[in-house]
Amino acid sequence: MAKFTKKKDGDLPAVSTASLPDIVFMLLFFFMTVTTMKDSSLMVENVLPNASEVKKLEKKDRVLYIYVGKPTRDYQKVFGTEPKIQLNDKFANVTDVGDFILEERAKKPQELQNVLTTALKVDKDASMGLISDIKSELRKVNALKVNYTTYEGDAFRNIQ
Amino acid sequence: MSRRGGPPEVNAGSMADIAFLLLIFFLVTTTIETDAGLDRMLPPMEPPEDNVVIKQKNIFTVNINKSGQLLVEEELTNLKDLRSKAMAFLDNGGDGSCNYCKGRRDESSSDNPTKAIISLKNDRETKYGTYITVQNELVGAYNELRNREAQRLFGRDFTDMEAEFLNPETPSSIRDDLKGKVQRIQELFPQKLSEAETSTSN
Repeated sequence: MAKFTKKKDGDLPAVSTASLPDIVFMLLFFFMTVTTMKDSSLMVENVLPNASEVKKLEKKDRVLYIYVGKPTRDYQKVFGTEPKIQLNDKFANVTDVGDFILEERAKKPQELQNVLTTALKVDKDASMGLISDIKSELRKVNALKVNYTTYEGDAFRNIQ
Repeated sequence: MSRRGGPPEVNAGSMADIAFLLLIFFLVTTTIETDAGLDRMLPPMEPPEDNVVIKQKNIFTVNINKSGQLLVEEELTNLKDLRSKAMAFLDNGGDGSCNYCKGRRDESSSDNPTKAIISLKNDRETKYGTYITVQNELVGAYNELRNREAQRLFGRDFTDMEAEFLNPETPSSIRDDLKGKVQRIQELFPQKLSEAETSTSN
Protein backbone atom coordinates (compact mmCIF):
# COMPACT_ATOMS: atom_id res chain seq x y z
CA MET A 1 0.00 0.00 0.00
CA ALA A 2 2.80 2.26 0.82
CA LYS A 3 4.00 1.96 -2.71
CA PHE A 4 0.82 3.44 -4.17
CA THR A 5 0.68 6.39 -1.85
CA LYS A 6 4.19 7.24 -2.72
CA LYS A 7 3.39 7.46 -6.42
CA LYS A 8 0.37 9.68 -5.89
CA ASP A 9 2.58 12.18 -4.17
CA GLY A 10 4.64 13.22 -7.18
CA ASP A 11 3.29 15.34 -10.06
CA LEU A 12 3.30 14.18 -13.66
CA PRO A 13 6.84 14.09 -14.97
CA ALA A 14 7.53 17.07 -17.24
CA VAL A 15 7.70 16.26 -20.96
CA SER A 16 11.15 16.98 -22.20
CA THR A 17 11.15 19.83 -24.68
CA ALA A 18 14.85 19.71 -25.25
CA SER A 19 14.46 18.55 -28.87
CA LEU A 20 11.82 21.15 -29.72
CA PRO A 21 14.37 23.73 -30.92
CA ASP A 22 15.89 21.12 -33.22
CA ILE A 23 12.52 20.32 -34.75
CA VAL A 24 11.67 23.96 -35.24
CA PHE A 25 15.06 24.71 -36.74
CA MET A 26 14.55 21.85 -39.16
CA LEU A 27 11.25 23.39 -40.27
CA LEU A 28 12.87 26.79 -40.49
CA PHE A 29 15.65 25.54 -42.76
CA PHE A 30 13.13 23.72 -44.92
CA PHE A 31 11.15 26.89 -45.50
CA MET A 32 14.27 28.96 -46.00
CA THR A 33 15.48 26.70 -48.78
CA VAL A 34 12.27 26.03 -50.71
CA THR A 35 10.83 29.51 -50.70
CA THR A 36 11.90 32.85 -52.06
CA MET A 37 11.30 36.35 -50.80
CA LYS A 38 8.11 37.98 -51.92
CA ASP A 39 8.93 41.18 -53.75
CA SER A 40 5.48 42.66 -54.04
CA SER A 41 2.22 41.85 -52.38
CA LEU A 42 -0.56 40.77 -54.68
CA MET A 43 -3.52 43.07 -55.05
CA VAL A 44 -5.21 40.94 -57.68
CA GLU A 45 -6.60 37.45 -57.63
CA ASN A 46 -4.04 35.27 -59.27
CA VAL A 47 -5.11 31.71 -59.92
CA LEU A 48 -2.83 30.72 -62.76
CA PRO A 49 -3.93 28.28 -65.44
CA ASN A 50 -2.37 24.83 -65.76
CA ALA A 51 -0.11 23.70 -68.58
CA SER A 52 1.94 20.59 -69.14
CA GLU A 53 4.56 21.74 -71.68
CA VAL A 54 6.22 24.19 -69.31
CA LYS A 55 9.75 25.45 -69.19
CA LYS A 56 11.40 26.57 -65.99
CA LEU A 57 12.13 30.26 -65.63
CA GLU A 58 15.76 30.32 -64.61
CA LYS A 59 17.62 33.33 -63.30
CA LYS A 60 15.26 35.55 -61.38
CA ASP A 61 17.21 38.71 -62.13
CA ARG A 62 16.27 38.54 -65.80
CA VAL A 63 12.54 38.43 -65.27
CA LEU A 64 10.01 41.25 -65.06
CA TYR A 65 6.60 40.41 -63.68
CA ILE A 66 3.22 41.68 -64.76
CA TYR A 67 0.19 40.56 -62.79
CA VAL A 68 -3.33 40.59 -64.17
CA GLY A 69 -6.56 39.62 -62.50
CA LYS A 70 -9.61 40.76 -60.62
CA PRO A 71 -8.79 43.07 -57.70
CA THR A 72 -8.94 41.23 -54.38
CA ARG A 73 -11.90 41.80 -52.13
CA ASP A 74 -10.32 44.67 -50.22
CA TYR A 75 -9.82 46.62 -53.42
CA GLN A 76 -13.04 45.73 -55.18
CA LYS A 77 -14.92 48.64 -53.63
CA VAL A 78 -12.52 51.11 -55.16
CA PHE A 79 -11.45 49.41 -58.36
CA GLY A 80 -14.45 47.27 -59.29
CA THR A 81 -14.37 43.65 -60.35
CA GLU A 82 -13.01 43.96 -63.88
CA PRO A 83 -9.53 42.45 -64.33
CA LYS A 84 -6.77 44.99 -63.76
CA ILE A 85 -3.04 45.11 -64.28
CA GLN A 86 -0.69 45.27 -61.32
CA LEU A 87 2.84 46.55 -61.83
CA ASN A 88 5.06 46.39 -58.78
CA ASP A 89 2.78 47.51 -55.97
CA LYS A 90 0.10 49.47 -57.74
CA PHE A 91 -2.67 49.13 -60.24
CA ALA A 92 -1.91 50.43 -63.69
CA ASN A 93 -3.48 51.03 -67.06
CA VAL A 94 -2.50 49.30 -70.26
CA THR A 95 -0.72 52.43 -71.41
CA ASP A 96 1.62 52.30 -68.40
CA VAL A 97 3.01 48.89 -69.31
CA GLY A 98 5.45 50.20 -71.88
CA ASP A 99 6.88 52.82 -69.52
CA PHE A 100 7.13 50.23 -66.76
CA ILE A 101 9.14 47.87 -68.96
CA LEU A 102 11.48 50.65 -70.10
CA GLU A 103 11.97 51.83 -66.54
CA GLU A 104 12.69 48.36 -65.20
CA ARG A 105 14.96 47.59 -68.10
CA ALA A 106 17.01 50.72 -67.43
CA LYS A 107 17.52 49.55 -63.83
CA LYS A 108 19.11 46.29 -64.94
CA PRO A 109 22.80 45.98 -65.74
CA GLN A 110 23.77 46.64 -69.34
CA GLU A 111 24.52 43.06 -70.25
CA LEU A 112 21.11 41.83 -69.10
CA GLN A 113 19.04 44.47 -70.85
CA ASN A 114 18.69 42.47 -74.03
CA VAL A 115 17.90 39.12 -72.47
CA LEU A 116 15.02 40.09 -70.22
CA THR A 117 11.89 37.99 -70.10
CA THR A 118 8.49 39.36 -69.22
CA ALA A 119 6.53 36.92 -67.10
CA LEU A 120 2.80 37.37 -67.44
CA LYS A 121 1.06 36.11 -64.35
CA VAL A 122 -2.53 36.19 -65.41
CA ASP A 123 -5.59 34.88 -63.62
CA LYS A 124 -7.23 32.18 -65.68
CA ASP A 125 -10.57 33.96 -65.70
CA ALA A 126 -9.21 37.14 -67.25
CA SER A 127 -10.26 37.85 -70.81
CA MET A 128 -7.86 37.87 -73.73
CA GLY A 129 -8.67 41.44 -74.73
CA LEU A 130 -6.58 42.88 -71.94
CA ILE A 131 -3.78 40.39 -72.61
CA SER A 132 -3.73 41.35 -76.28
CA ASP A 133 -3.45 45.00 -75.32
CA ILE A 134 -0.53 44.19 -73.03
CA LYS A 135 1.12 42.18 -75.76
CA SER A 136 0.89 45.02 -78.24
CA GLU A 137 2.36 47.37 -75.61
CA LEU A 138 5.22 44.93 -75.10
CA ARG A 139 5.82 44.79 -78.82
CA LYS A 140 5.99 48.58 -78.96
CA VAL A 141 8.88 48.63 -76.48
CA ASN A 142 10.50 45.60 -78.09
CA ALA A 143 10.11 43.32 -75.09
CA LEU A 144 9.41 40.29 -77.20
CA LYS A 145 10.32 37.45 -74.91
CA VAL A 146 7.31 36.58 -72.81
CA ASN A 147 6.52 33.72 -70.49
CA TYR A 148 2.95 32.86 -69.66
CA THR A 149 3.49 31.68 -66.12
CA THR A 150 1.39 28.65 -65.28
CA TYR A 151 1.12 25.87 -62.78
CA GLU A 152 2.36 22.53 -63.90
CA GLY A 153 -0.61 20.28 -64.48
CA ASP A 154 -3.18 19.05 -66.91
CA ALA A 155 -4.10 21.84 -69.31
CA PHE A 156 -7.61 20.57 -69.78
CA ARG A 157 -8.47 21.50 -66.21
CA ASN A 158 -8.56 25.14 -67.35
CA ILE A 159 -11.71 24.73 -69.38
CA GLN A 160 -13.88 22.99 -66.85
CA MET B 1 29.05 27.94 -3.85
CA SER B 2 29.39 24.53 -5.39
CA ARG B 3 31.55 24.53 -8.51
CA ARG B 4 31.91 20.82 -8.54
CA GLY B 5 29.83 19.99 -11.65
CA GLY B 6 31.83 22.17 -14.00
CA PRO B 7 30.39 25.39 -15.47
CA PRO B 8 26.63 25.90 -14.95
CA GLU B 9 24.33 24.85 -17.78
CA VAL B 10 22.93 27.58 -20.00
CA ASN B 11 19.16 27.59 -20.00
CA ALA B 12 18.05 26.74 -23.50
CA GLY B 13 14.36 26.88 -22.77
CA SER B 14 13.78 29.98 -24.85
CA MET B 15 15.62 28.62 -27.87
CA ALA B 16 12.38 27.16 -29.20
CA ASP B 17 10.66 30.52 -28.93
CA ILE B 18 13.42 32.22 -30.87
CA ALA B 19 13.34 29.55 -33.58
CA PHE B 20 9.56 29.79 -33.82
CA LEU B 21 9.84 33.52 -34.24
CA LEU B 22 12.28 33.08 -37.14
CA LEU B 23 10.11 30.36 -38.66
CA ILE B 24 7.02 32.53 -38.58
CA PHE B 25 8.94 35.44 -40.08
CA PHE B 26 10.04 33.30 -43.02
CA LEU B 27 6.58 31.81 -43.46
CA VAL B 28 5.06 35.26 -43.74
CA THR B 29 7.61 36.95 -46.00
CA THR B 30 8.24 34.19 -48.50
CA THR B 31 6.21 32.36 -51.10
CA ILE B 32 6.70 29.08 -52.85
CA GLU B 33 7.30 30.60 -56.23
CA THR B 34 5.69 29.21 -59.36
CA ASP B 35 8.36 29.95 -61.86
CA ALA B 36 7.49 27.79 -64.81
CA GLY B 37 5.44 28.59 -67.85
CA LEU B 38 5.10 28.65 -71.61
CA ASP B 39 7.82 30.61 -73.35
CA ARG B 40 6.74 32.58 -76.38
CA MET B 41 8.30 35.17 -78.65
CA LEU B 42 6.13 38.06 -79.76
CA PRO B 43 6.49 39.26 -83.34
CA PRO B 44 8.41 42.52 -83.75
CA MET B 45 6.39 45.67 -84.36
CA GLU B 46 7.65 46.38 -87.87
CA PRO B 47 6.45 43.88 -90.42
CA PRO B 48 9.20 42.49 -92.65
CA GLU B 49 9.88 44.62 -95.73
CA ASP B 50 9.41 42.05 -98.43
CA ASN B 51 5.92 40.71 -98.73
CA VAL B 52 6.35 36.99 -98.42
CA VAL B 53 3.72 34.98 -100.20
CA ILE B 54 2.68 31.97 -98.18
CA LYS B 55 0.61 29.27 -99.74
CA GLN B 56 -2.72 28.75 -98.07
CA LYS B 57 -2.04 25.05 -97.63
CA ASN B 58 1.01 25.83 -95.50
CA ILE B 59 -1.08 27.70 -92.96
CA PHE B 60 -2.93 25.90 -90.19
CA THR B 61 -5.57 28.26 -88.85
CA VAL B 62 -6.88 28.01 -85.32
CA ASN B 63 -9.68 30.33 -84.24
CA ILE B 64 -11.00 30.54 -80.70
CA ASN B 65 -14.33 32.20 -80.16
CA LYS B 66 -15.54 33.94 -77.03
CA SER B 67 -17.17 30.86 -75.54
CA GLY B 68 -14.01 28.83 -75.99
CA GLN B 69 -14.97 26.84 -79.08
CA LEU B 70 -12.31 26.02 -81.63
CA LEU B 71 -12.42 26.39 -85.37
CA VAL B 72 -9.48 24.52 -86.85
CA GLU B 73 -9.06 24.71 -90.63
CA GLU B 74 -12.70 25.87 -90.97
CA GLU B 75 -13.89 22.90 -88.94
CA LEU B 76 -15.37 22.87 -85.45
CA THR B 77 -12.94 20.84 -83.37
CA ASN B 78 -12.77 19.50 -79.87
CA LEU B 79 -9.82 20.81 -77.88
CA LYS B 80 -8.66 17.28 -77.23
CA ASP B 81 -8.20 16.64 -80.96
CA LEU B 82 -6.18 19.78 -81.57
CA ARG B 83 -2.81 18.26 -80.77
CA SER B 84 -3.20 15.31 -83.14
CA LYS B 85 -4.50 17.58 -85.92
CA ALA B 86 -1.59 19.99 -85.50
CA MET B 87 0.86 17.10 -85.53
CA ALA B 88 -0.67 15.64 -88.67
CA PHE B 89 -0.36 19.04 -90.34
CA LEU B 90 3.25 19.66 -89.29
CA ASP B 91 4.41 16.15 -90.06
CA ASN B 92 2.68 15.98 -93.43
CA GLY B 93 5.57 16.66 -95.81
CA GLY B 94 3.41 17.18 -98.89
CA ASP B 95 6.09 17.94 -101.51
CA GLY B 96 8.34 15.03 -100.57
CA SER B 97 11.32 17.22 -99.62
CA CYS B 98 11.13 16.15 -96.01
CA ASN B 99 12.81 12.81 -95.50
CA TYR B 100 12.12 12.47 -91.78
CA CYS B 101 8.40 13.15 -91.92
CA LYS B 102 6.08 10.29 -91.23
CA GLY B 103 2.84 12.00 -92.24
CA ARG B 104 0.38 11.14 -94.97
CA ARG B 105 2.16 13.23 -97.66
CA ASP B 106 -1.15 14.83 -98.51
CA GLU B 107 -0.84 17.25 -101.44
CA SER B 108 -3.39 19.63 -99.98
CA SER B 109 -1.67 19.98 -96.61
CA SER B 110 1.70 21.46 -95.63
CA ASP B 111 4.75 21.00 -97.89
CA ASN B 112 7.48 20.75 -95.29
CA PRO B 113 7.72 21.28 -91.52
CA THR B 114 10.03 24.22 -92.12
CA LYS B 115 7.34 25.94 -94.18
CA ALA B 116 4.36 25.04 -92.06
CA ILE B 117 2.90 27.89 -90.06
CA ILE B 118 0.28 27.72 -87.35
CA SER B 119 -1.85 30.81 -87.17
CA LEU B 120 -3.68 31.40 -83.93
CA LYS B 121 -6.46 33.90 -83.64
CA ASN B 122 -8.60 34.61 -80.62
CA ASP B 123 -11.51 36.75 -79.60
CA ARG B 124 -11.17 39.58 -77.10
CA GLU B 125 -13.56 37.82 -74.79
CA THR B 126 -11.84 34.46 -74.89
CA LYS B 127 -10.89 33.31 -71.42
CA TYR B 128 -7.20 33.27 -70.68
CA GLY B 129 -7.41 29.71 -69.38
CA THR B 130 -8.75 28.48 -72.72
CA TYR B 131 -6.07 30.38 -74.59
CA ILE B 132 -3.34 28.78 -72.49
CA THR B 133 -4.81 25.34 -73.09
CA VAL B 134 -4.68 25.93 -76.85
CA GLN B 135 -1.13 27.28 -76.64
CA ASN B 136 -0.17 24.28 -74.53
CA GLU B 137 -1.58 21.85 -77.08
CA LEU B 138 0.22 23.55 -79.96
CA VAL B 139 3.53 23.64 -78.10
CA GLY B 140 2.85 20.03 -77.14
CA ALA B 141 2.42 19.08 -80.79
CA TYR B 142 5.83 20.58 -81.61
CA ASN B 143 7.42 18.94 -78.58
CA GLU B 144 6.09 15.50 -79.45
CA LEU B 145 7.46 15.71 -82.98
CA ARG B 146 10.77 17.06 -81.73
CA ASN B 147 10.98 14.32 -79.14
CA ARG B 148 10.41 11.75 -81.84
CA GLU B 149 13.26 13.09 -83.95
CA ALA B 150 15.54 13.51 -80.94
CA GLN B 151 14.89 9.92 -79.94
CA ARG B 152 15.76 8.79 -83.45
CA LEU B 153 18.94 10.88 -83.76
CA PHE B 154 20.30 11.09 -80.21
CA GLY B 155 18.30 8.54 -78.25
CA ARG B 156 16.79 10.95 -75.75
CA ASP B 157 13.90 13.38 -75.48
CA PHE B 158 14.21 16.89 -76.87
CA THR B 159 12.42 18.47 -73.91
CA ASP B 160 14.85 16.73 -71.59
CA MET B 161 17.87 17.96 -73.56
CA GLU B 162 16.51 21.50 -73.74
CA ALA B 163 15.83 21.61 -70.01
CA GLU B 164 19.38 20.50 -69.31
CA PHE B 165 20.74 23.01 -71.80
CA LEU B 166 18.81 25.88 -70.21
CA ASN B 167 19.69 24.88 -66.67
CA PRO B 168 22.46 27.23 -65.49
CA GLU B 169 23.90 24.52 -63.24
CA THR B 170 24.82 22.32 -66.18
CA PRO B 171 28.58 22.40 -66.80
CA SER B 172 29.50 24.36 -69.91
CA SER B 173 31.18 21.41 -71.62
CA ILE B 174 27.92 19.46 -71.62
CA ARG B 175 26.03 22.59 -72.56
CA ASP B 176 28.17 23.19 -75.66
CA ASP B 177 27.53 19.64 -76.75
CA LEU B 178 23.78 19.99 -76.21
CA LYS B 179 23.58 23.31 -77.99
CA GLY B 180 24.26 21.79 -81.38
CA LYS B 181 21.84 18.96 -80.84
CA VAL B 182 19.06 21.23 -79.62
CA GLN B 183 19.54 23.55 -82.56
CA ARG B 184 19.54 20.69 -85.01
CA ILE B 185 16.18 19.43 -83.74
CA GLN B 186 14.79 22.96 -83.70
CA GLU B 187 15.72 23.32 -87.35
CA LEU B 188 13.88 20.13 -88.24
CA PHE B 189 10.66 21.40 -86.68
CA PRO B 190 10.94 25.17 -86.29
CA GLN B 191 8.22 26.66 -84.13
CA LYS B 192 6.29 28.98 -86.39
CA LEU B 193 3.33 30.14 -84.43
CA SER B 194 1.84 33.36 -85.64
CA GLU B 195 -0.65 35.28 -83.58
CA ALA B 196 -2.84 37.69 -85.42
CA GLU B 197 -4.44 40.70 -83.81
CA THR B 198 -7.51 39.78 -81.85
CA SER B 199 -10.84 40.22 -83.49
CA THR B 200 -13.63 42.10 -81.84
CA SER B 201 -16.78 40.12 -81.41
CA ASN B 202 -19.88 41.26 -83.13
